[in-house]
Amino acid sequence: MRAFSYERATSPQGAARALAATEGAKFIAGGTNLLDLMKLEIETPTHLVDVNDLGLDTIEDSADGGLRIGAMVRNTDLAAHARVRRDYAVLTRALVAGASGQLRNKATTAGNLLQRTRCPYFYDTNMPCNKRAPGSGCAAIDGYSRQLGIIGTSEACIATHPSDMAVAMRALDASVETVNADGDTRTMPLADLHRLPGDTPENETTLEPGEMITAVTLPPAIGGRHFYHKVRDRSSYAFALVSVAAVVQADGTGRVALGGVAPKPWRREEAEAALPDGAAAAMAAILDGATPTDDNAFKVTLAERTLTAVLAQAQE
Amino acid sequence: MKFDSPAGENLFDRATVIGQPIHRIDGPLKVTGHAPYAYERHAVVEGQVYGYPVGAGIAKGRILAIDTTAAEAAPGVLGIVTTLEHDPIEGVFDYDPVRHFGGDEVLHYHQAIAVVVAETFEQARAAANRLGIEYERDDSAAFDLAATPEAAGETDTAPAQTVGDFESAFASAAVTLDETYTTPAESHAMMEPHATIAAWDGDSVTLWTSNQMIAWGRGSIAKAFDVPAENVRLDSPYIGGGFGVKLFVRSDAIMAGLAARKVGRPVKVALPRPMIANNTTHRGETIQRIRIGADADGRITAIGHHNATNALTTAGGENSTLPTVAFYAAANRLVVNDPARMDLPNSNAMRAPGETAGLMAFEVAMDEMAEKLGMDPVELRILNDTQVDPGNPDIPFSDRHYVECLNRGAEAFGWSSRNSAPGATRDGVWLIGHGVAGAYRPAPVLASGARVVLTPDGRLRIESDMTDIGTGSYTVMAQTAAEVMGLSVADVSIGLGDSDFPVSAGSGGQWGAASATAGVYAACVALRQAIAERLDMAEGDLTFENGMVRTGNTSVPLGEVGGGTDLVGEDAIEFGAFRSQEVLVATFGAHFVEVGVHAHTGEIRVRRMLAVCDAGRILNPMTARSQVIGAMTMGVGAAIMEEMAVDHRYGFFVNHDLAGYEVPVHFDIPSQDVIFLETADAYSTPLKAKGVGELGLCGVSAAVANAITNATGVRVRNYPVTLDKLLSGLPAA
Ligand SMILES: Cc1cc2nc3c(=O)[nH]c(=O)nc-3n(C[C@H](O)[C@H](O)[C@H](O)COP(=O)(O)OP(=O)(O)OC[C@H]3O[C@@H](n4cnc5c(N)ncnc54)[C@H](O)[C@@H]3O)c2cc1C
Ligand code: SF4
Repeated sequence: MRAFSYERATSPQGAARALAATEGAKFIAGGTNLLDLMKLEIETPTHLVDVNDLGLDTIEDSADGGLRIGAMVRNTDLAAHARVRRDYAVLTRALVAGASGQLRNKATTAGNLLQRTRCPYFYDTNMPCNKRAPGSGCAAIDGYSRQLGIIGTSEACIATHPSDMAVAMRALDASVETVNADGDTRTMPLADLHRLPGDTPENETTLEPGEMITAVTLPPAIGGRHFYHKVRDRSSYAFALVSVAAVVQADGTGRVALGGVAPKPWRREEAEAALPDGAAAAMAAILDGATPTDDNAFKVTLAERTLTAVLAQAQE
Repeated sequence: MKFDSPAGENLFDRATVIGQPIHRIDGPLKVTGHAPYAYERHAVVEGQVYGYPVGAGIAKGRILAIDTTAAEAAPGVLGIVTTLEHDPIEGVFDYDPVRHFGGDEVLHYHQAIAVVVAETFEQARAAANRLGIEYERDDSAAFDLAATPEAAGETDTAPAQTVGDFESAFASAAVTLDETYTTPAESHAMMEPHATIAAWDGDSVTLWTSNQMIAWGRGSIAKAFDVPAENVRLDSPYIGGGFGVKLFVRSDAIMAGLAARKVGRPVKVALPRPMIANNTTHRGETIQRIRIGADADGRITAIGHHNATNALTTAGGENSTLPTVAFYAAANRLVVNDPARMDLPNSNAMRAPGETAGLMAFEVAMDEMAEKLGMDPVELRILNDTQVDPGNPDIPFSDRHYVECLNRGAEAFGWSSRNSAPGATRDGVWLIGHGVAGAYRPAPVLASGARVVLTPDGRLRIESDMTDIGTGSYTVMAQTAAEVMGLSVADVSIGLGDSDFPVSAGSGGQWGAASATAGVYAACVALRQAIAERLDMAEGDLTFENGMVRTGNTSVPLGEVGGGTDLVGEDAIEFGAFRSQEVLVATFGAHFVEVGVHAHTGEIRVRRMLAVCDAGRILNPMTARSQVIGAMTMGVGAAIMEEMAVDHRYGFFVNHDLAGYEVPVHFDIPSQDVIFLETADAYSTPLKAKGVGELGLCGVSAAVANAITNATGVRVRNYPVTLDKLLSGLPAA
């Protein structure tokens, strides 16, 4: 870990301003991802702006009947919130499928969205990695890629976004609210937050430098039955090989988002029309254009079979 | 004390303290955080500073230069030791052929090449990242076991066992199997990382460390630092698991010692978790070709087993043929172990080395044979039991109850209600399967010494360099002394793991408990003799009971015998050749497993497990059970998730931390039952005990794999059996 300076921001705009003021500064929320990466010097911020004390830790009903989740709401609190459990159960299920109790107590909503990939070569600084060291190459594509992405990836990077929470939020059509150093706020669909890697896998989001996430909003509840099926080799405390977030309505229509397969929560709204025709048809459309490696080709089949499991459960 | 003939009836047969389920005496210290592990021994020496190790970033080649300028200028840095300033320091034993440190040659990834010492841990770590290391990479390296001539069976390595004429017996057998199985490299993944605090006093050095074999470690350190062994003290009272990777000192101890000498301060070094997999040792990969021939009734006539495995030098590797030479009867046998010299980190002992990977494969092969024969897999095993060494029928097993393990287990598990048709049992969306496998592991022993001190307050203190790696050594040794001296365990205190104490067997190869308790017995007998002399009586006329020594009608409290001074007994048990020459002493078991496999996703969940163990007298059923259920858990890991993935281009284990290398979590651990047969092996030790710690792991993974096949109809011969290998073969949902 490199030496860094630290300040505790007192307002969201103040935090954004502090960040803009120092080259190489970063926000720190729960620190559960950032600090690990700093210890390995994969992240080397010169200055940390602590955003924990900005009053962004509440969950409120929004005027349109939806929900506004403060950026610093802890994963544990979000999962346990009565309305989330009742109206957005897919989100609770995704959250509790992630990490461990201790980590969820610390991890925040914004931090979770912005956590970085778990590609093992990204974590080993002796290895080439375009995301960590742009232009150095990608050790994973021809290496051990069982965990890595099958769609939305590029020749420069096949890493996945590891979040479970974000997959459920994507299925719920969440939006992200931000503020910048000038105090300008904006709202964007979560779908637009993460970028695909293309030639620049180091650029992971569409946030401007210094732009801070203040909240995530959910539109009004959509009913239906909510599922989050996370598949992994052990039964807990592991990242997804494939996860399926689904909200299925009584008439067989619904929404599906996938985790563990892409550099961002993966959803194709247009493919969901095929859901009433069954998992095979829907998944073929959702994963159309997939370019898996030999190591992770099974994820294509697994995604379809996991969706089959979810749809079968929806019919019970 | 010499153990040179089988034990007769003796005081252990009364088993008033030994054999009782006594709670671990070190348990309260451990669960309250008062048992300090090596890195936390803040009080043992003043002025400790931190060393942070650096591992090589290439797998093979040379270090051209290490620029320390920036690191030296970093805040808090006290000194830097680089590999270039030392001659190579090798492991002291032939079977631990590692390069701990020193020299410009890189033999494997994350070989230790520097240690940076600073006032704080954070400063040391930060400065370690400032080293400028220049490598010359050697691309002529071998990282892919499957590509070696050994794996292809193209070498003419001498067989480990040839009996009869395997080839023709196999060719003429009515039913045959010829399959290749693979097991991956595995990491020990013990909780406590390798860690050492080293402090010099002139030419003498003390290492507070985490090590299974104190006397071996002392020798290694003496050689590494070129000082006489008397000048070396190792202290390792609590060890957070080892599983074989702490049999020998590792680079943490070498770097701590070198750094402490250089900076003139006590230095502590722990290997960071991501460095352990590639810096230290692992269970080697194996590629095993197994051939079995049987007559139509299932009697095995031919066993062939060829094992290829990776070794940094030919002395390493996972010898999966070890159990094959003795487990089952067959008049014709051809067994070859063929380690391939490769440039991966060195593979070395990991819990039940050889048996684990061997039985992972062979016990699946037995399941496949049963299928081919249309026989019940329990029956097939029973039919092919042997009571003698199949390679030398004049040598009987000293005490073998494998058949009883199978029968008892089958009954307790409800084996008879198993559906032998694969893929045909359901519980909702779960496919249910049941599997069985046999367990076999020799019961070695090593000479083991102890000192017992009877103090005037009537208490007894035991001192031995024996280690407790979480196994229960403290407790069973105290029980042994209590039994022999007529005390209760509460009257006994015990110090272990210190090289100032008498040399013991140490912990490894499941010899620890059996050997060390026999060593305590020897010391207690010496003490009883001292007491007898004091009382001017013959030892045989004395009875030790309830804290008293009694003869005829007179009883004296033990504490009073010394008349205000300590009485000391010190001795070692030495095992005579009869034990290895006249008989085969081994342990046996049977594992039964029920799994559920998700019909859609292939997710595997073990649902219940049963182990039946035949391991001689069980010294303490509670600590023994802990050993076995821990081993069963490890076997589940090996069966369905654990694999160190090899990158064949860069030559290293890629998933080298505990996020990438998955071991079972609590939720993976189902109900586990253990049955110990009430046996006692007079050939083994005076206590008639054998080990269980490794037996518990043997065969577990095969039982899981066989259950998965029974659940799904899919046979996977490449461990771990992960869901991706099942998907294409799952029955229609
Ligand atoms: C062992 C382990 C297992 C895990 N398993 C899972 C799992 O199974 N599933 C899963 O989904 N996750 C898992 N995680 C990841 C965990 O969910 C994330 O580490 C956590 O959500 C990050 O939140 P944080 O608040 O700690 O973020 P931090 O570490 O504080 O920050 C993460 C990033 O977000 C940025 N940031 C923080 N707040 C803001 C803001 N308001 N605006 C803009 N940028 C901001 C930071 O600068 C940093 O770049 C695991 C983590 C660990 C360590
Ligand atoms: S997949 Fe991406 S993160 Fe992984 S090594 Fe390649 S570039 Fe780096």
